[in-house]
Amino acid sequence: MFALEFPPLSHIVNWPGFVGDGQWWEINKVVLIYLFAVIMTMAVFLLGNKKQMVPTGAQNIAESAVEFIEEGIVMETMGTEGLKYTPYLLSLFFYIFFTNIFEVVPVIQMPGSARIALPLFLALLSYVIYHGAGFKEHGIGYLKHALVPPGVPAFLLPLVVLIEFVSKFLVQPFSHTVRLFANMLAGHILLVTFAVLTSGLFVAKWYVIFALLPFIGVIFFTAFKIFVAFLQAYVFTLLTGVYINAAQSHEH
Amino acid sequence: MLLAELSNKGLAALTYGLGAIGPGIGIGYLVGQAVQAMARQPEAAGMVRTTMFLGIAFVEALALIGFVVFFLAGA
Repeated sequence: MFALEFPPLSHIVNWPGFVGDGQWWEINKVVLIYLFAVIMTMAVFLLGNKKQMVPTGAQNIAESAVEFIEEGIVMETMGTEGLKYTPYLLSLFFYIFFTNIFEVVPVIQMPGSARIALPLFLALLSYVIYHGAGFKEHGIGYLKHALVPPGVPAFLLPLVVLIEFVSKFLVQPFSHTVRLFANMLAGHILLVTFAVLTSGLFVAKWYVIFALLPFIGVIFFTAFKIFVAFLQAYVFTLLTGVYINAAQSHEH
Repeated sequence: MLLAELSNKGLAALTYGLGAIGPGIGIGYLVGQAVQAMARQPEAAGMVRTTMFLGIAFVEALALIGFVVFFLAGA
């Protein structure tokens, strides 16, 4: 009935390179999004670093952002001993947020984290950092701290150690990656679906009025994606904080 | 018989739908309890909200893994 052709998945997340198409160093839309997100994250640091007593303009925003990370993430998950991780968590949060937010920027409309390379890299970086923090705090005893929960009867020990190993060292980075990646990809596909529906119904027939419905969907989900972009950056950073805390805390 | 007629893609979509039931119930229960907690103790709302998002993130991971498997199996 309608001329509806949903593009294959590779068409909505792969972009041809502007320079050096097909080379390993090719520069395409996604690479530019990553570069821009790096610049924006550095800008947050530089603006937050200005030492005006009465902050004005952009410094205001940067300072309240730092406060949000400190109060909302570091203090909630790790307490005062986690304050040294604030710079890492701050840059993580803003980098993910700026790559995510390109989903709703007109013309660009591609979330950088919908390619699994970025979430995987960030999750592995966090993996190294939280296990590194554990080894630094406990020495080699970290393996016992991580793998043997207190109060397990001896005959269950091999099973528990195996489960803890798989969940902490294998599944944890995997779910950390997939959570960000799949959320952004799903949102992107959702927006593409409504856009394709709108353009498919936009014909010179009487049923053109139905094109209004998916168009309202596009607008609604674009607003929703702004929220999701923020939420996923928050959740990724929050979980990194929780994992660091789990690695370096002592049982009481 | 009906299943045999479904294509690989249809099966993948059906399975994803089944896999989303559990996390759906889980998130509904989780947020409902969190709202109840916040209504009873508004002064603890900040702490409850953080823990709620954390719980949502863990439950949601199941549905999202199903979503990825849907693409891997349906391709």
